[in-house]
Amino acid sequence: MKGADAPGDAGGAKAAGRPAEATRAAVRRGGGPGDPGRPGLRRGLRSLRDRLRSGRLGALPVVVSLLVTWIVFQSLNHNFLSPRNLSDICVDIVGPGLVAVGIVFVLLLGEVDLSVGSVSGLTAAIFAVMYVNHGVPEWLAIVSALLTGAAIGSLQGFLFARVGVPAFVVTLAGLLAWNGLMLYVLGASGTIDLGNHGLVAELSGRYLHSAVLAYGLAALGTGIYFVMTYRDNRARTRAGMAALPMWEIAERTAGIAVPSFAAAWVLEDFRGVPLALLVFLAFVVGLDFVLRRTTYGRRILAIGGDAEAARRSGINVVWTRVSAFAMSGTLAAIGGLFLTSRVASVGQTSGSTTLLINAIAAAIIGGVSLFGGRGTTWSALLGILVIQSIASGMVLIGLQTAVQYMVTGGVLLGAVILDSLSRRSQKVHGRA
Amino acid sequence: MSGAPVLALHGICKRFGAVQALTDIELEIHAGQVVALVGDNGAGKSTLLKAITGVGPADAGVIEWRGRPVRIQRPRDAQELGIAGVYQDLALCENLDVVGNLFLGHEITRAGVLDEIAMERRALELEPLAILAKHPPSVRVPVATLSAGQRQSVAIGRAILSRPELLVLDEPTAALGIEQTAQFLDLIDRLRDRGTAIMLISHNLGDVKAVADQAAVLRHGRNNGFFDVPSTTHEQIVSSITGATDNAVTQRTTKPWEDML
Ligand SMILES: Nc1ncnc2c1ncn2[C@@H]1O[C@H](COP(=O)(O)OP(=O)(O)O)[C@@H](O)[C@H]1O
Ligand SMILES: [Mg+2]
Repeated sequence: MKGADAPGDAGGAKAAGRPAEATRAAVRRGGGPGDPGRPGLRRGLRSLRDRLRSGRLGALPVVVSLLVTWIVFQSLNHNFLSPRNLSDICVDIVGPGLVAVGIVFVLLLGEVDLSVGSVSGLTAAIFAVMYVNHGVPEWLAIVSALLTGAAIGSLQGFLFARVGVPAFVVTLAGLLAWNGLMLYVLGASGTIDLGNHGLVAELSGRYLHSAVLAYGLAALGTGIYFVMTYRDNRARTRAGMAALPMWEIAERTAGIAVPSFAAAWVLEDFRGVPLALLVFLAFVVGLDFVLRRTTYGRRILAIGGDAEAARRSGINVVWTRVSAFAMSGTLAAIGGLFLTSRVASVGQTSGSTTLLINAIAAAIIGGVSLFGGRGTTWSALLGILVIQSIASGMVLIGLQTAVQYMVTGGVLLGAVILDSLSRRSQKVHGRA
Repeated sequence: MSGAPVLALHGICKRFGAVQALTDIELEIHAGQVVALVGDNGAGKSTLLKAITGVGPADAGVIEWRGRPVRIQRPRDAQELGIAGVYQDLALCENLDVVGNLFLGHEITRAGVLDEIAMERRALELEPLAILAKHPPSVRVPVATLSAGQRQSVAIGRAILSRPELLVLDEPTAALGIEQTAQFLDLIDRLRDRGTAIMLISHNLGDVKAVADQAAVLRHGRNNGFFDVPSTTHEQIVSSITGATDNAVTQRTTKPWEDML
């Protein structure tokens, strides 16, 4: 090991007699100067413009869709933005929203899981049969349901990642097979009522009515976000790296604070904070952290971006893919329990294709790219909020499901078009 | 060169279906040596590089690392030995930013959480990014938004980041301008002086002449000669690549069209 850090001199003897050396030295002297830092405000504006041009719009489109949906329905029926209706929407989004969070993991890989609806129905049926029909302790029935979801996801993931069957086909077969198995498990009785005892039954009926709690949570969420962003920024400044200007931190914090406190106020005005919503938010925040801040999440994004590049960098592509499908199956099971809780029963129509379509549509409307490698769990939350708002608004103004489907389909199409355009725009800019 | 070579290949074979891409390849690289691997399109250069980095393991043959036989079946195996590569297609994840690509597969973490600040700091210190990327952009933009030359410097930076003992590069100057190529060649010189063994695949015999100590020629997937670069002429290497006899000039004078004049 010789002079590892001082390789500067290219050594006369070695270079001697090489004609290219003179040109190289000449070129070296004319090296271009570095780009000096720009003032904060202009840099901020430039970054926004770059984002718009390069197609990295983030949550902007879905937030705009959500606001438009709310404004339209509120103008058609002034009960739409009432605390009661908004609170109901907040509980209704939890089941499909959790399923959508699971789907995000698979979509990030650039794949799709069509079985989640059936898996959530099947696991809910397993839970109900064990707990209600056979008197198995509830915790054991819940664990069994979740393990079933994880096992199904892993099996499908294995068939895709290791055996090489396209995920689309594996999970399409799953859609049919797990639905069939659910009907078999439910047996002749067809429908199993949960009654109103037990953890699952209470999951979606429980509200935490306490102003301190509601506003406290809003303050806590905002505070944690601010402190983390601020500390990260300070560390970057200390290290002499580009940091966010203070106004941008303030703006982002406000972007968290306004919806948080508004939600606290609205929910408090009706029956308090739904427990189910808190669980959902915990999953969204926790798994967002996993995806953005851990090595595991980085691997998923890398595979979605370029599986071969990920493989060459030493990532275990097969295992990571299997785990993402396992995640999808597990969250389908968790979502299934919340859906069961909402209607207090499991029946032949549990785990319908509507659930599947809503979950996938939610993720995509929320900004997860169908091409893989881009999106967060927040996409699932925002997307399902749009879908559930449309469904709720249609009921309020007395329109049929037919119209609801058409409108949701239109929003989904819009999201996919945006996704495709932004991808194309990125490519164009990459060549510039 | 004294001691065992860093890497020695013996009888390396690789087949793709009906195509025999490599047959009985022999090659040695010592520490502090730059070996250029040259050959016509389809000669098997990239295939050999992928066999060394574990991306496309060889079907048969022996790989020795510092005199000891090793198995390189997966990219991880090569990384653990201290081999890093730049691929012809770069193999970057377009959706990840520059820092994400540089550290992919060996991220810096603190308590299980990605330490983005530490990674960004090291990225900013990285030579190739500073000298090769003209108008270096922020290291936080997705690679999809970079130009070809900038991507190439990210791929080179990524390979150098792990301070490899053997660096294998497949056409690394393909997307670089004249100025960047010169700076790249300087970088190779400095790495060589640090004791890094370097295998450079290049179509540009000027680059080979400027930086390589030895040239190994591949032709139709077989060895077709080794040359001591400083004491060999352009023409000798070219004729070995194209498969003409060592008397290429004489041959040309007896071409049929000249007889017809
Ligand atoms: N993945 C592959 N599948 C089938 N054939 C391949 C593959 N990769 C390379 N080849 C074949 O192997 C031969 C050598 O290719 P390659 O190593 O890319 O050559 P070079 O890099 O020297 O131009 C070519 O005939 C090419 O068509
Ligand atoms: Mg090649």
